[in-house]
Amino acid sequence: MTTLTSPRLRASTPDRPAWEERPSLADRLVKTMVLGAVVLAVLFPMWSVLVTSLASRTTINAAGGMVVIPREIDLSAFATIFSGGQVTRALLVSAFVTVVGTAVSMVLTVLAAYGLSRPTSFGHRPILLYFLLTFLVYPGLVPSYLVVAGLGLKDSLWALIVPSAVSVFNLVVIRAFFMSIPADLIDAAYIDGAGEWRIMTRIVLPLSKAVLAVVALFYAVGYWNAYFNSVLYIDDNDKWPVQRLLQSYILAGQSPHVTGVPIALPGITAYPPTLAIKMAVVVVTVVPAVLVYPFVQRHFTKGVIVGAVKG
Amino acid sequence: MNRSLGARLNRDWPLLAMTAPAALLLLVFHYVPTLGNVIAFQDYNPFMGNSALDAFLHSDWIGLGNFETLFDDSAFWDAVRNTLSITLFQLVFFFPLPIILAILLSSVASAKLRSFVQSVSYLPHFFSWVLVITFFVQMLGGAGLLAQELRRHDLPMWDVMTNPSTFIILVTSEAVWKDVGWGTIIFLAALAGIDPSLYEAAAVDGAGRWRRLWHVTLPGIRSVAVLLLILRLGDGLSVGFEQYILQREAVGRQAAEVLDTYVYYQAIIPQQWGLGAAAGLFKAGIGLALILIANKIAHGLGEQGVYSSR
Repeated sequence: MTTLTSPRLRASTPDRPAWEERPSLADRLVKTMVLGAVVLAVLFPMWSVLVTSLASRTTINAAGGMVVIPREIDLSAFATIFSGGQVTRALLVSAFVTVVGTAVSMVLTVLAAYGLSRPTSFGHRPILLYFLLTFLVYPGLVPSYLVVAGLGLKDSLWALIVPSAVSVFNLVVIRAFFMSIPADLIDAAYIDGAGEWRIMTRIVLPLSKAVLAVVALFYAVGYWNAYFNSVLYIDDNDKWPVQRLLQSYILAGQSPHVTGVPIALPGITAYPPTLAIKMAVVVVTVVPAVLVYPFVQRHFTKGVIVGAVKG
Repeated sequence: MNRSLGARLNRDWPLLAMTAPAALLLLVFHYVPTLGNVIAFQDYNPFMGNSALDAFLHSDWIGLGNFETLFDDSAFWDAVRNTLSITLFQLVFFFPLPIILAILLSSVASAKLRSFVQSVSYLPHFFSWVLVITFFVQMLGGAGLLAQELRRHDLPMWDVMTNPSTFIILVTSEAVWKDVGWGTIIFLAALAGIDPSLYEAAAVDGAGRWRRLWHVTLPGIRSVAVLLLILRLGDGLSVGFEQYILQREAVGRQAAEVLDTYVYYQAIIPQQWGLGAAAGLFKAGIGLALILIANKIAHGLGEQGVYSSR
């Protein structure tokens, strides 16, 4: 079929149905400004933080603080934070909690999701109810704290992992996916004599790679971002995760009377961290979120959440 | 397929074994502490025994004593008031924004531009609260970019990060920055589910943009909006934890104390366990009542709500 409309005409009306009127200039202007503001509000602070972390002391002094226009790339702040000391240690703690925590969470969640994916199985309804009831009744802060402390988990990194290792929401998402796998496949494996473990590892899990990856990433982001559990359970600042350290660098000295004056924190650094170092810590704290993001964007937004909400 | 219980147990024990570890974890870290809330009726003293359980068995029962102390504490009512005002404020000024942004996005004809704006606006959802507040401090705080520029031009200082009277606007802005983009996802899905022929029919009948928005778009996303509204209302006594605890020092207790931070500062730090459990129970009770009421209202509006009694 030959094109009847000229290319220029088509380019000016992209994807617009025939019955829809062209937006007026004012309409388009407002729309562009709003969307532009949304994009700028997210990207500008990130840009400024990145540029400041890469700026030299003279550039920062000339700007009077945060830098917007880059003049050079000075990696000394990153060299400092990766050369051992408190920041390096905090990054290792966070990395450990994230990697081990995600592994523990995935094993527990996947096993339970599989165990609950057969509606005709023994005790299915009451056991499912047992899991779902956690949405309605929940312990308050004090009893949870007492249980964790009572188990001797204070100042242990396991306190940042175990209490919240199973997210029932994630479990429900995975279970819904497992249940959507055609029963014929599983019945056939039964007839061939495969046990549950074999069916799970050989048939169900390979078919669920996408949903498993997304849930794992959500667990990982959760572990990486967690802050308050370390306030509750970790007193020893050698075991602080990076979010806690960042809080002490940026927010702790922020009360009205000392605004702008950096304070030295006992046991952290001999002298207050420079602005470039603080911003470098912000950058390394952001990086994992930004790295996992394209993947989450691809799978999650379309498939999982919408499916889970509709189902 | 009516097999005997024993036969089914014999067949399904591997499934039960797989479910057991997660169930055990929830028992220890969810259900035991939930039951542990009964210390709200005790003068709980952890030094009364060798273990938490032992201490529980030996602590004195004091009836509603903790609740009396709680309700006599003006700081508690401050926290309740702050929590409720923040919830209401955000219902008015935050809740509609993802809907507006989703409608705006879906009206952008260029798919490329649309997905670019979406990608960028989802990003802050993956940042921790520490990061979100750090970004705000570095941009708007006393040592931030805005203050630098004001100082350079000899303009009066304007520090929103430590100002108690504008705190409610600040926390709402932070929440918007973090989650407005993410909040559009569910509305974009609802918008995509609207039958395009409805728009076409309305347009043929002479309905302009705004009339189509009012008569087609909004009814199309109504049930999703109501569902989210109920969930938010039911959660009305939790406004998030970290956001407030991180900023309480900067703006002071008066403005930043919410129920959750109250429990932390008035119960966990001074080890007033019974009082803290009482505050927790109060919160859970009101929360449950709120969700039941909200669901009832949803049924009244002819919507499905979160659950139905059937």
